[in-house]
Amino acid sequence: MSAVEGDSWRGLTLSQYFICLKGIIWREGLRFLHQRERFVSALVRPLVWLFIFAAGFRQVLGVSIIPPYETYVLYEVYITPGLMAMIQLFNGMQSSLTMVYDRETGGMRTLLVSPFPRWFLLSSKLLAGTIVSILQVYVYLAIAYFWDIEAPPIGYITVFPALLLSGFMLGSLGMLISSLIKQLENFSGVMNFVIFPMFFASSALYPLWRVKESSPFLYDVCELNPFTHATELIRFALYGKLEPTSLAIVLACTLVFLSGAIIAYDPARGILARRGAGTMRT
Amino acid sequence: MKDDVRGLTPALDIQGVSHRYGARKALDGVSFTVAPTSFTVLLGLNGAGKSTLFSLITRLYATRKGRIFIYGRDVAREPSAALGQLGIVFQSRALDADISVEQNLIYHAALHGLGRREALARAHAALGRVDLADRLHERVSKLSGGQMRRVEIARALLHRPRLLLLDEPTVGLDVKARAGILKHVRGLVAGERIGVLWATHLIDEAMPGDDVVILHRGRVLAHGPIHAVIAGNAEKDLAGAFRNLTHDSGSEDEGAAE
Repeated sequence: MSAVEGDSWRGLTLSQYFICLKGIIWREGLRFLHQRERFVSALVRPLVWLFIFAAGFRQVLGVSIIPPYETYVLYEVYITPGLMAMIQLFNGMQSSLTMVYDRETGGMRTLLVSPFPRWFLLSSKLLAGTIVSILQVYVYLAIAYFWDIEAPPIGYITVFPALLLSGFMLGSLGMLISSLIKQLENFSGVMNFVIFPMFFASSALYPLWRVKESSPFLYDVCELNPFTHATELIRFALYGKLEPTSLAIVLACTLVFLSGAIIAYDPARGILARRGAGTMRT
Repeated sequence: MKDDVRGLTPALDIQGVSHRYGARKALDGVSFTVAPTSFTVLLGLNGAGKSTLFSLITRLYATRKGRIFIYGRDVAREPSAALGQLGIVFQSRALDADISVEQNLIYHAALHGLGRREALARAHAALGRVDLADRLHERVSKLSGGQMRRVEIARALLHRPRLLLLDEPTVGLDVKARAGILKHVRGLVAGERIGVLWATHLIDEAMPGDDVVILHRGRVLAHGPIHAVIAGNAEKDLAGAFRNLTHDSGSEDEGAAE
């Protein structure tokens, strides 16, 4: 449509979309750097699992040769992809927590009154969070390298797209959950009901064939858990291989969670309007 | 309204807007306009529906009943064109406390598609106007409440909107900071030729020459130039008119704005 006389609005160009995306990523990175505790705790968590839990369980759990591994691997090596996914899971939930907090303080409003379409703003925010999580994962991999957890060199590159996808999936899940939470205080409950079940009922800590031996039902639960597939996608990618089933499931889940989040934050259909006064008015 | 020349199209045009939270009706058939280059005070007690109205104007919630136009652009149908001409200062602090003033402004500029160089030039100028040019690299958490508000106003104007909304911008500020902010925003109306909608529960923030919208329990009880609203109620001042109007509407909470 043509501009009205005296109308200062000229529409948004592609390069402005790019500026906006860049700005959102830059701000997310700045915030992360300024919150040292967050960075440290994001790193300490998987390292505690690696150094203490895995060392202790090394003797208890033998891992047989299963793809993508071609030899017997140490337990530390086995749980590394799971811990990488865990970093992303925590990161996704953390940015979701930030969104609930932002909604209460006004930061979220600043984002949402931007003239860019809402789906674009939310996706940009997700991408920003995912990039931060990937940085954490690589720092973790660097430390793990000195603990003799080495992947083939090519694996450090091929794992990148896998991390991008799994980060997006877990981030959009977090965003979807954030839209369902009315207030910040309710969040710890969700952490317990989302993070722990997702992490433990997955292939992150033990191969699923072992789970099947003890409980076929639990095995089915693990197979249905998207986190299992994020872990397996990362595990295979770290060895330069592709796990098509996991790829398909992670892709599908990303689409579902992301659409859910976009609908939830849509002013016309979302829950925000119905929630109304409680959350948005401060 | 599309072919209206500038000046005739209202900066903000609210037409029959209603909104409810479940059973509670927050806004009931609200209609008023804000003229370009005007200072309009949206006066109402806490809970009158001011914040709900702002949420609808900024498209945080969809307007289910009624329509809202910003310079002739329907917020529901052309959100980008409408929001692109809107600047807003929220009641709650909406700056990132952890990062610098400059970084906050660059982020905001990016959200409006303004590149870094342009953003920096504008940020310098904007902070100069609110006497904070020397605080550009300061962390936001080091600023006082009044300074934060001034940064928020500078930020809201960075993309050169032609309509500025402020939701209770002086809450929590001392008398001096409050007067400073009011003076600054009034200056913007004259200097930058923008329309301002200033929501408050403080009657003394309105001045002769302003337009006023009195919102009470989700309804507009009066709208127009202040002197007309006062005369229409046969009162001496706005406080009298406000008491008169809200009393007639059957309000029990007599603790009128002061």
